[in-house]
Amino acid sequence: MNIAVLTKQVPDLVEGVEIDASGKAVDSDSIRYILSESDDHALEEALLLKERAQARVEVFSLETGEVRDSLYAALAKGADRVVIVATGAETPPSNHTAAKIFASVLQGLSFDLILTGVRAIDDLDGSLGGLLAGYLNLPYVGLVRKVETADGTPMAVVQKEYPGGYAAELEVKLPAVLGIQAAEQPPRYVPVSRLRQVMKTAKVEEKDAAPAEAETVEVVRMFKPEEGGGAAMLSGTPGEVALQIVNVFAERRLVR
Amino acid sequence: MTKDVWVVAEQFQGRLNDITLELIGKGRELAQAVEGKLVAVLLGSETKSLIGELGAADVVLVADHPDLREFTAEAHSLALETALKDSPPRLVLMGSTSVGLDLLSLLSARTALPCLDNCTKLEVRDGKLFTTSQIYGGKLFAEVAVPNATTLVAVVPGSFPKPETVAAGRPEVHEIPLPADLPEVRTKFHKLIEPPPGDVDITQSSILVAVGRGIQNADNLAMAEELAKAMGGAVCASRPVIDQGWLPLTRQVGKSGMTVKPKLYLALGISGAPEHWEGMKNSELIVAVNTDAKAPIFAGAHYGAVVDALDLIPLLTEEVRKAGAKKAS
Repeated sequence: MNIAVLTKQVPDLVEGVEIDASGKAVDSDSIRYILSESDDHALEEALLLKERAQARVEVFSLETGEVRDSLYAALAKGADRVVIVATGAETPPSNHTAAKIFASVLQGLSFDLILTGVRAIDDLDGSLGGLLAGYLNLPYVGLVRKVETADGTPMAVVQKEYPGGYAAELEVKLPAVLGIQAAEQPPRYVPVSRLRQVMKTAKVEEKDAAPAEAETVEVVRMFKPEEGGGAAMLSGTPGEVALQIVNVFAERRLVR
Repeated sequence: MTKDVWVVAEQFQGRLNDITLELIGKGRELAQAVEGKLVAVLLGSETKSLIGELGAADVVLVADHPDLREFTAEAHSLALETALKDSPPRLVLMGSTSVGLDLLSLLSARTALPCLDNCTKLEVRDGKLFTTSQIYGGKLFAEVAVPNATTLVAVVPGSFPKPETVAAGRPEVHEIPLPADLPEVRTKFHKLIEPPPGDVDITQSSILVAVGRGIQNADNLAMAEELAKAMGGAVCASRPVIDQGWLPLTRQVGKSGMTVKPKLYLALGISGAPEHWEGMKNSELIVAVNTDAKAPIFAGAHYGAVVDALDLIPLLTEEVRKAGAKKAS
């Protein structure tokens, strides 16, 4: 079984995101990029499938920020091949453009499963997996939390999440694209020594993407929510805050 | 392209989801503003009984086919493609939900129609349509001019009020002319998996102590449990805590977890990403504690404090116990 994992880098929200001078985009200078969280889960699910079904796992990532680091980490975790898809663009493409780029990279290659994170924090124009499935005329299931395959059958049985703790079990004919919400276990940790060893010996391949034309949407402006917004802010030391919170509880008869 | 506004109805176990009614309410307003009709699209199998609940629409488009009985993005996309070819509207609204998200993207690529996700606002200004999407975990909003082509829009549940009464109109009912044999649907529904039983039902708890990434590790959960015990409440969590396996799925609040409306929602170390907010925003009192002053949770909470939840929890537990003891004496 061959599995492709598609990943992208997104801003690290811990560092914050700022709006640029145009007022229509994020300021890329203010950003530290990290691997999109659900893509990390997609990689983990692929690695679990590799362990269970001797799959080969290849990771493709768009060229954004410090993508090399996350690809070395993918190798250290057990991926068989990692590829940077070079777009030449300075800012991350829209999901429609990214899906067209990935579609052209994957066309002609033989994969049974294409896994990607179901959503990223910068998604504005749909999710990458669904778009890619549309362009490649493959079936798509998103919000997946479990994938099972059986030897010799061109099928996967997956669990798709619904609200309220429900899930649907679906059978999907391969090849298929799956949007992963959460892997069956938390993404694995890479020991630094292993990462160092991989960085010395392994190779990150690069592939130039063909230019892609896709539907785009025009952002008129970006803005921040009002800081603090509606909340009455309580200040002071943690002890003082605790006392104020308990007073709020007491006023509302929430203390037993 | 007509000026119509379509709402793709979403159902679960034979009932329309709230998002559909919210979109019908908003769709009515938009259809009036752009001088089009409001069209509800009902895809399923033997769903005729739901048509009455879509009475506020001018037209109900129905596709009835065994392949549409349960949701698969493939079959539902095929049915919508047929309808869209016949008479493309101005807007197609759906929920930014487990169903809507899959459908939005697949349909957009298959029809080459533009799409927008995570919308919390839709408005007409000077005859032009604009949407606002919440992105970057709720830290930024992006306002977008809706393209001139038929545009697919996924709206975050709870963004618009649910109309209080179902209008008892008599919409025209049209069938979507599906081909007798749909192209092969490669996705098949097996079964619905119920939530795991036997745990605390957080939707029944009037006091919830909710923990997020700020709790840092599984060992710190004991502190939160102590606080919940002192308050007579239960511990719940945002997605990252569940994904780490620190608490069971039944404790998850948000988009794919539970929707809760407790008397008190104490959010400890939760940033308030839109997916989480969706599940707890109707709480009567929201008190949020986070080290990041810019965390979006503060925009919607009633009370907030910029402190480390780990410092606060033991002190708060002690104060709650003291207040309880004082009350008892």
